[in-house]
Amino acid sequence: MLHGTVIILTSFAYLGLLFAIAYYADKRADAGRSVIASPYIYSLSLAVYATAWTFYGSVGRAASDGVGFLPIYIGPTLMIALWWVVLRKILRISKQNRITSLADFIASRYGKSALLGGLVTIIAVIGILPYISLQLKAVSNSFTILVQYPEIIMPTQIGAAPLRQDTALWVALILAAFTIAFGTRHLDAAEHHPGMVAAIAFESLVKLLAFLAVGVFVTFGIYNGFGDLFARAAAEPKLRAMLTPLEGVAGSYANWVWLTILSMMAIMFLPRQFQIAVIENVDEKHLNKAIWLFPLYMVAINVFVLPIAFGGLLRFPDGGVDADAFVLTLPMAEKRELLALLVFIGGLSAATGMVIVETIALSTMVCNDLVMPLLLRMRSLKLNQRRDLTGLLLGIRRGAIVLIILLGYLYFRLAGEAYALVSIGLISFAAVAQFAPAILGGIFWKGGTRAGALCGLLAGFAVWFYTLLLPALARSGWLPIGLLEHGPFGIELLKPLQLFGLSGLDQINHAMIWSMIANIGAYVGVSLSVSPSADEHRQASLFVDVFKQTGESGGARFWRGTASVPDLYSLLARFLGSAAADGAFGEYASAKGERWPSDRLVADAGLVHHVEVQLAGAIGAASARIMVASVVKEEALTINEVREILDEASQVVAYSHRLEQKSSELEAATSELRAANERLKELDRLKDDFVSTVTHELRTPLTSIRAFTDILLDHPDVELETRKKFLGIITKETERLTRLINQVLDLAKIESGKAEWIESPIDLKEVISDTLAAMGPLFRENKITLEARLPERVSPVNADLDRMIQVMLNLLSNAVKFCDRSNGRIGVALLEYDGCLRVDVRDNGRGISLEDQAAVFNKFRQVGDTLTDKPHGSGLGLHISRQIVEHFGGRMWVESELGGGACFSFTLPAGAAAGKRRA
Amino acid sequence: MSDFESKGQRFISLCMLGILLFNYPILALFNVSGTVFGVPVLYAYIFIAWVALIVLMALVAESND
Repeated sequence: MLHGTVIILTSFAYLGLLFAIAYYADKRADAGRSVIASPYIYSLSLAVYATAWTFYGSVGRAASDGVGFLPIYIGPTLMIALWWVVLRKILRISKQNRITSLADFIASRYGKSALLGGLVTIIAVIGILPYISLQLKAVSNSFTILVQYPEIIMPTQIGAAPLRQDTALWVALILAAFTIAFGTRHLDAAEHHPGMVAAIAFESLVKLLAFLAVGVFVTFGIYNGFGDLFARAAAEPKLRAMLTPLEGVAGSYANWVWLTILSMMAIMFLPRQFQIAVIENVDEKHLNKAIWLFPLYMVAINVFVLPIAFGGLLRFPDGGVDADAFVLTLPMAEKRELLALLVFIGGLSAATGMVIVETIALSTMVCNDLVMPLLLRMRSLKLNQRRDLTGLLLGIRRGAIVLIILLGYLYFRLAGEAYALVSIGLISFAAVAQFAPAILGGIFWKGGTRAGALCGLLAGFAVWFYTLLLPALARSGWLPIGLLEHGPFGIELLKPLQLFGLSGLDQINHAMIWSMIANIGAYVGVSLSVSPSADEHRQASLFVDVFKQTGESGGARFWRGTASVPDLYSLLARFLGSAAADGAFGEYASAKGERWPSDRLVADAGLVHHVEVQLAGAIGAASARIMVASVVKEEALTINEVREILDEASQVVAYSHRLEQKSSELEAATSELRAANERLKELDRLKDDFVSTVTHELRTPLTSIRAFTDILLDHPDVELETRKKFLGIITKETERLTRLINQVLDLAKIESGKAEWIESPIDLKEVISDTLAAMGPLFRENKITLEARLPERVSPVNADLDRMIQVMLNLLSNAVKFCDRSNGRIGVALLEYDGCLRVDVRDNGRGISLEDQAAVFNKFRQVGDTLTDKPHGSGLGLHISRQIVEHFGGRMWVESELGGGACFSFTLPAGAAAGKRRA
Repeated sequence: MSDFESKGQRFISLCMLGILLFNYPILALFNVSGTVFGVPVLYAYIFIAWVALIVLMALVAESND
């Protein structure tokens, strides 16, 4: 039996358990062994994103739109893929600047502007109210439904209760008390709430388990698994259309895309997400796990949404049961009391988690960025002279919590009944999306200015208010409905739901398009047209270049002025208490190598900055700036001075970079010069060698010609036979001389590129046969056996006929010269393969040693012992041959080993390939 | 720093992959009637692609740390 008392007692027992967890976690944190120093707890606490809206509303939306609810969870997954780039930067900035809230972050970025912080706070509070009212509605509705057990009656059928018996009001009051107990027990300089984070992580587990329990029960208890459930849904004509829903029920792809974008912004800029992801983060490294664990959580909590929705539609076909309540009514209809109670607790945990974190985040903003800056400016209050302000701060926060929750309740009473859960939540999503341009622009674009952010936020918020909040109030009867139907003052163009005639869109998409145009347009436009102040310039640089700075000293280099240590100390003590102030000063002193308390501590830029950052942790950047300014005499830096400080650093970097570049260029040029010099020396040496070798080669035949002519001249009586012999030698030596000179000239021509090449397709086989025939007598004279292996047909090659004959003659005459004296054998082979023709000329002489093989192709290189052997040729033949072969795109080489003969080979590309090569 | 930058680039390309997977026209390819193991094709596709994307994110997130 589920009596009201049982439900209430269970709820309080659950809340008590939460409180115990929080208390334990706080104690552990104080002892330095925090339970939240774990990436798993961090990931679970991020799941505060899944509220009562997820718990009850997803099924409600799925029951009408099919997959239409999924972008709300896929969008965050896409955004989380960018966390490594975006959130890591925000985290680093927030740690360095002791950011305490979303409003503080924006205010701090744009020159610690109190005005901007206040505006962000107001937008956040108004924007989030519908969302808080949604939680109250969900808890009170689920309670009202559950208490009717075993009947299933919707709250709307019961009618409005008098205020005293209104469950929503009681829920609101209890939640307010609970949040105060959780979040404002004491003032923490870093705004860390380890107890709250641990409790939220626990709540995430509870709501996930409760939802999975219902999902498993519906899918496998009532039906026989997914297949059975979907098959039965497909059998119903009304439900079949939802199985391929994107064309039909869920609206266009445009809805899908905008919903994705909207939730991408929400996961970053909902105040509670910012609180958990940024402010409560204790270690940047936790991101690595959260990046995939948190999306996995979202998958898990969504797997059973569609089955429950279809199960509900099948079970309650007449529409008498609100789809938002299927999660609860299905177990009730099946008479599972305990499961229904578990669902209620799951929904309660989803709602309380959201309300606690959201109101703590909002109350911090209200206190630090709205109330304190105002109070500090009211000189009549003389706050500057109060001894201890911690009590005042806590009081403001507690008041803000109660106020925010009661405003949420008021919204629930005013407008809550007109909308389903999901639509209420989306109104809040659209509100926080207005922060995106100012924050994302602020951390990646130095050009964004305070005026730009103010105008962008104001414009975006105004459009949001006009296109989303006004219609909500009008539909609930608080404004004339004619406003929606005919526009204000009957101006059709200004109808809030079809602004400037834009129609055919979902209400949320419509609002997003206009508000983003207004917001981004104003932010960028005004930023570009108004030049920033020195403060803005400095903060922009600190935020955008956060990864280029180290430690907290980043801000200190921008400060110039005079201050006294006791003034700073008493300032800090007033806000944080003297124990915390001692701690902060001790920390700074030990970093400087001093002890605290000490007279030697100087109130320099570093200390002033340190105090301001500590103070910012408690009262926000804008208020901290005002307070510090009240106790120190600061010389304001002009915009040019800030620019100079910033430019100085970048100039040094650029200069050293240029130097480095210059020196490496110089090095390259030097090594090039050295190489050129080496080459020149080598060429010079080669030229000398050449000249001396040529001279030497010329002198040998000349000497013998001279000797024989002398003999003939001096002895006219020489016998005819001898005379003939001498004249024969002279002729031979002259021929050798001529040949040598021709070759030298030839070589000079080839090397200088002046040689004339007559190219035509020639048959290499013919060239070889002709050469062999011409050399026949020489072979016979030397008793040499010739083995020629020539194929029938070969492809033609493009070459100069005379030159190729010259190459063959050279190779063959070399072979003859070096052949075995007594039993000479020469082999000639012609092969065609791979588009190449290859010629081998093999002899059976004494061979060429490995060292000499590379050298035989050099000029004037005669292999063999030059002392004992008579030179056999000019030493230019092989060199010229190789030049010729290479000119026609071929290659020439030798293979040999001592005593095993030598084989000279060359290749030439066959006709077609040769043509292509030179084309 | 180069490790950090390449990790960032991998995440950015994963985000782009996700935008591609969950958008027109890829989404429209699966927006057909029919079932996979009894589950409508579109529903099955979205959940499988979603989990696959998260697995890739996990691989990049836990790499070279």
